[in-house]
Amino acid sequence: MNSIQELFQKKDKNLLSIYFTCGYPKLDDTTKVISVLEKNGVDFIEVGLPYSDPLADGPTIQESSHKALENGINLDIVFQQLMTLKETNKTPLVLMGYLNQLLKYGEDKFCQKVVDCGIDTLIIPDLPMVEYENHYQELFDKYGITNVFLITPHTSDNRIHKIDSYTKSFIYVVASASITGAKGEISDTQMDYFKRIKAMNLRSKLIIGFGISDKSTFNTACKYANGAIIGSAFIKNLGNHGIGKMDDFIKSII
Amino acid sequence: MKSKFHPDKNGYFGQFGGAFIPELLHPNVQELADNYIQIIESEEFQIEYKSLLKDYVGRPTPLYLAKRLSEKYGATIYLKREDLNHTGAHKVNNTVGQILIAKKLGKTKIIAETGAGQHGVATATVCALMGLECTVFMGEKDIVRQAPNVARMKMLGAKVVAATSGSKTLKDATNEAIRYWIQHPETFYLIGSVVGPSPHPDMVARLQAIISEEMKWQLKEKTGKENPDTIIACVGGGSNAAGAFYHYLDDEDVELIAVEAAGLGVKSGESAATSQLGEVGIIHGSKTILMQDEYGQIKEPYSISAGLDYPGVGPLHALLYESKRANFMNATDKEALEAAFELTKIEGIIPALETAHALAVLPKIKFTKDQVVVVNLSGRGDKDLEIYIKHLEE
Repeated sequence: MNSIQELFQKKDKNLLSIYFTCGYPKLDDTTKVISVLEKNGVDFIEVGLPYSDPLADGPTIQESSHKALENGINLDIVFQQLMTLKETNKTPLVLMGYLNQLLKYGEDKFCQKVVDCGIDTLIIPDLPMVEYENHYQELFDKYGITNVFLITPHTSDNRIHKIDSYTKSFIYVVASASITGAKGEISDTQMDYFKRIKAMNLRSKLIIGFGISDKSTFNTACKYANGAIIGSAFIKNLGNHGIGKMDDFIKSII
Repeated sequence: MKSKFHPDKNGYFGQFGGAFIPELLHPNVQELADNYIQIIESEEFQIEYKSLLKDYVGRPTPLYLAKRLSEKYGATIYLKREDLNHTGAHKVNNTVGQILIAKKLGKTKIIAETGAGQHGVATATVCALMGLECTVFMGEKDIVRQAPNVARMKMLGAKVVAATSGSKTLKDATNEAIRYWIQHPETFYLIGSVVGPSPHPDMVARLQAIISEEMKWQLKEKTGKENPDTIIACVGGGSNAAGAFYHYLDDEDVELIAVEAAGLGVKSGESAATSQLGEVGIIHGSKTILMQDEYGQIKEPYSISAGLDYPGVGPLHALLYESKRANFMNATDKEALEAAFELTKIEGIIPALETAHALAVLPKIKFTKDQVVVVNLSGRGDKDLEIYIKHLEE
């Protein structure tokens, strides 16, 4: 059983996940952010690996990645930082990065480091299903790593069923045709899409992300899924107020 | 004819290519993959495409024997005059083709990225022609250094959006175009080079293949043989080179020379010579050779030429490099400028800065007198006058 499956056994409603960018706002904030999120009862944490060309990310996460890279973050430092939390941190961590990072670092070396840090779940937005089937499924299986697939309003039912069959942790339900970033509210069209997915009675747990920014959008998302991920809104808060005000932000959601 | 330089069913040229795209783009890319070959090969498309190329673009472009250039370098040098196309470069071959594909797929909104602005102008042109809405993404830095093309795009009715992230050049314009496409999946992304997720590299290569298709019969008329000894073309993403090489890829006796932009020098840290400085990785949805650091962060390239200022290269070219089918050379800013002034002076042709890089390797190659060399003169230099004037004064 992986860390996310264990989590779902204990709790499968209203799960709150927070995305943050490693090395942001300061290089050594990675571990501090995780600790505060854990203390405030965040259910699992999406750990963003800063990338120079993040195609699926909006301006807020792009800027945080840019800043983190300027701060001197790199994969070796990220893994060192995460390693220091291995014994103490009880909140599941999910790594999110782009495929080129894994490719260049060395696929096996990357997977080994992930496992060494006690992490077993990856989100790679530019890893398409066909590449997963042809190669990465075997690689990840070798290390006991599970891959999170994204579905969108434009993903066909057939494809969703296939993704459902591959999923060992959760399906990331992208809330709209969009890159990351807050939209303010959830539209009726989005609600219809959430209803359609919910009515499919998939075996996998569902987590909604992209455009979830506050208590209201979080609660709406939780009506149709097992939980939701907040990213850009949290990064914005972190950028504006530093790591000191994280408690207030989390308390405003749950 | 099945060539080893054509992509397989997953869009791979050897180990390069594929479609590394976020899930949201899957339906768009799949729709194109399912239809593009059928559309391109249909009689309806071929008639319309060829007729527009003839009457609107002005094809066939001449194959001109450059006598004084030949004399100077001791070879028989032909210039394939893509600079004489409507809008001033080879880019329009692709945009005419893709706009017909977009129409066939029922798309009404077009987006594009541009570096030097040639692809942006060529896209804005065909959108005006077809009455379609056009948005062009262009790096903030390129908007400044290619101002005439920005004005042309605007006059043609296109919206020009500045890409302000990263190096603010072609790579970032492409990122912004892809992000916009993710958010507006109803749009048609009219990509400008043989880059991007499969099937874009193959589609663009097929549409640019008209260059070498014409070269074959033109050379036959002029020299009695379809094949030259050598073809030289500049490579940023690689679309003009792909077009000039396309029908010769399997004729191993034809030497193919791809010229990259060395910027201030390959080892200066200010360069765009991807094959020399790059390693295997993923950029803009394609596995290829790209300039990156040890952690896979994409490096910011540099070249005086906005059209060659790109940290990757199309997957076909990555294979041509890896397999040694093509010889990859490079030229610095300075060498390119000298070549541009030389061609202007002795042949009366002002080439684009991109094209000047292809010309700049002529002094570096040892030719024989009867060696038939074709330089793909990919574009004209009107857009670069400001830079040329600056160096004229120096």
